Amino acid sequence: MNPVPLLHDYLIESARRVPEKVALVCGERRLTYRELDEQSNALAQGLVRRGVERGDRVLVLAENSVEAVLAFWGTLKANAVASVISPQTRADKLAYLLRDCRPAAMIADAQLAAAFAEPASAASSLRAVLTFGIVPDRSPLRRLARHASLEATLAEDRRDVAPPRRCIDVDLAALIYTSGSTGEPKGVMLTHRNMLTAATSITSYLENVTDDVILGVLPLSFDYGLYQMIMAFRTSARLVLERNFAFPADVLKRVVAEKVTGFPGVPTMFAMLAEMRSLADHDLSSIRYVTNTAAALPVKHIRMLKQIFPAARIYSMYGLTECKRCTYLPPEDLDRKPTSVGIAIPNTELWVVDEQDRKLGPNEVGQLVIRGATVMRGYWEKPEETAKRLRPGPLPGESVLYTGDYCKLDEEGYLYFVARMDDVIKSRGEKVAPKEVENALVDIPGVREAAVIGVADEVLGQAVKAFVVLEDGVHLDARTVQRECQRRLENFMVPKHVVFLPELPHTSTGKIKKTGLS
Amino acid sequence: MDITRRVREFILSNFYVTDAEGLSDADSLLSLGIVDSTGILEVIGFLEEEFAIVVEDEDATPANLESIERIAAFVSRKVSERVPEPMRSAEG
Repeated sequence: MNPVPLLHDYLIESARRVPEKVALVCGERRLTYRELDEQSNALAQGLVRRGVERGDRVLVLAENSVEAVLAFWGTLKANAVASVISPQTRADKLAYLLRDCRPAAMIADAQLAAAFAEPASAASSLRAVLTFGIVPDRSPLRRLARHASLEATLAEDRRDVAPPRRCIDVDLAALIYTSGSTGEPKGVMLTHRNMLTAATSITSYLENVTDDVILGVLPLSFDYGLYQMIMAFRTSARLVLERNFAFPADVLKRVVAEKVTGFPGVPTMFAMLAEMRSLADHDLSSIRYVTNTAAALPVKHIRMLKQIFPAARIYSMYGLTECKRCTYLPPEDLDRKPTSVGIAIPNTELWVVDEQDRKLGPNEVGQLVIRGATVMRGYWEKPEETAKRLRPGPLPGESVLYTGDYCKLDEEGYLYFVARMDDVIKSRGEKVAPKEVENALVDIPGVREAAVIGVADEVLGQAVKAFVVLEDGVHLDARTVQRECQRRLENFMVPKHVVFLPELPHTSTGKIKKTGLS
Repeated sequence: MDITRRVREFILSNFYVTDAEGLSDADSLLSLGIVDSTGILEVIGFLEEEFAIVVEDEDATPANLESIERIAAFVSRKVSERVPEPMRSAEG
């Protein structure tokens, strides 16, 4: 490995070590490390030839695919900054992103032209738009200037060597846009050092090895999905990349056929698994570990995961894009502390402070602070937002991350997530953490998912309002749900209003989108 | 109204489609970002209710649900499985 590594050295080094090993399985395609290394060289050469320079941003608009993988590593090899965007991004948000980070190039799935052609033609920063897939005659891409084919670049550009290496490890590697469940999207700036540190830390506690086969079903536009690929390539393991989790039975067949060992998921996915009638038909014994993040797991889901994956170690984790990951719960502590999100990840430090920035003791609720080399460089061109999150740390010139999350630690230093500070409901003079009420709701038999918000109330200040999704064929009324909550919660937390919905709105990363509820 | 049209109307009225006129019955609803993982559950719910069929876990595959035409073909197959032979001829 290069003595001063950059993020893409993970791919380069694996290609040197195990060139003929299959690194990526995606649909019918199987690519070795050598093929990925060479093709990403060609892509990088193509970007540089079209004027992409060190530090330029490259927007990648694609669903999980071989091309999205190549685009990410090719961008890094071109000394540029990769920003992978959800293929579901609509034209107006794309226009915002193009104005915000002013990318020099865009790599996109030609099928999505209806969404991106217009904003791309209006973006003066773009020197190239590389698309992959068939471009129909009537496609607006036919009229788009600076448009070229990614396949042609892969076939024609030099593949034996990457462009000259210009970056150092404090340069940016990625710009990850936060999913916008509050306010306008912010680009989280991550350096090579940030990402190397996070990948090293996480692979150490997951005990990843070369023989691992990691499932990549979460979108590459979501940091949790992106890191599955980074960590697989770091350990010269294999990534089984699936488009999404729309067809769970197909994904499970793939898990069985490829002998997947690592199964990263989010609560919504596990809820979908739990409802599958044919779950028992799939032999999932190859799975060595299961990870969850995005939201703390309800205890009901932990029990369910243990049933589905009896041989697997189950990791409950918590973090935010701004530092990738904060904590993980060692699987052996799951029975003892099921509601904890665990301890600081290796090479990271954390503490909890009150509003006067004083460190709090055990069981006192305050804001979580994270210190370590995983902490972002800030939000792209948003100094005010950055100043709210990054504040001086213990060493001169150091910044630590004020997460904006209410948490508490127990006597043994295990962390408990309480609420996003923006989400806390003040009802009857008490602070209500929506998460706590949601966990109680999901614990009720027949409830699949729940979201809780505060609504204005003349008497209470704010009243607790619950949105509940029931499992198929289950009938519950509001009164029953409230009664069940009374058995589980203090009175001031019991929802005053209960609304039943067929489903909850989700962000593209699987979190419940509360801005859509009222 | 034929199955293809009913499915198409459901898709257009329940999901955000950038270019409704340009959406062909053969286009992938997933690759175009029109329907996502939870959206598929909505589609399945609609099919079960609208056409009185049961969509098994094993039925939820790209081969059956990827595009409007595949959904329509799947539904007509399911409907013909559901209706016993004599009734079908009586209806038809």
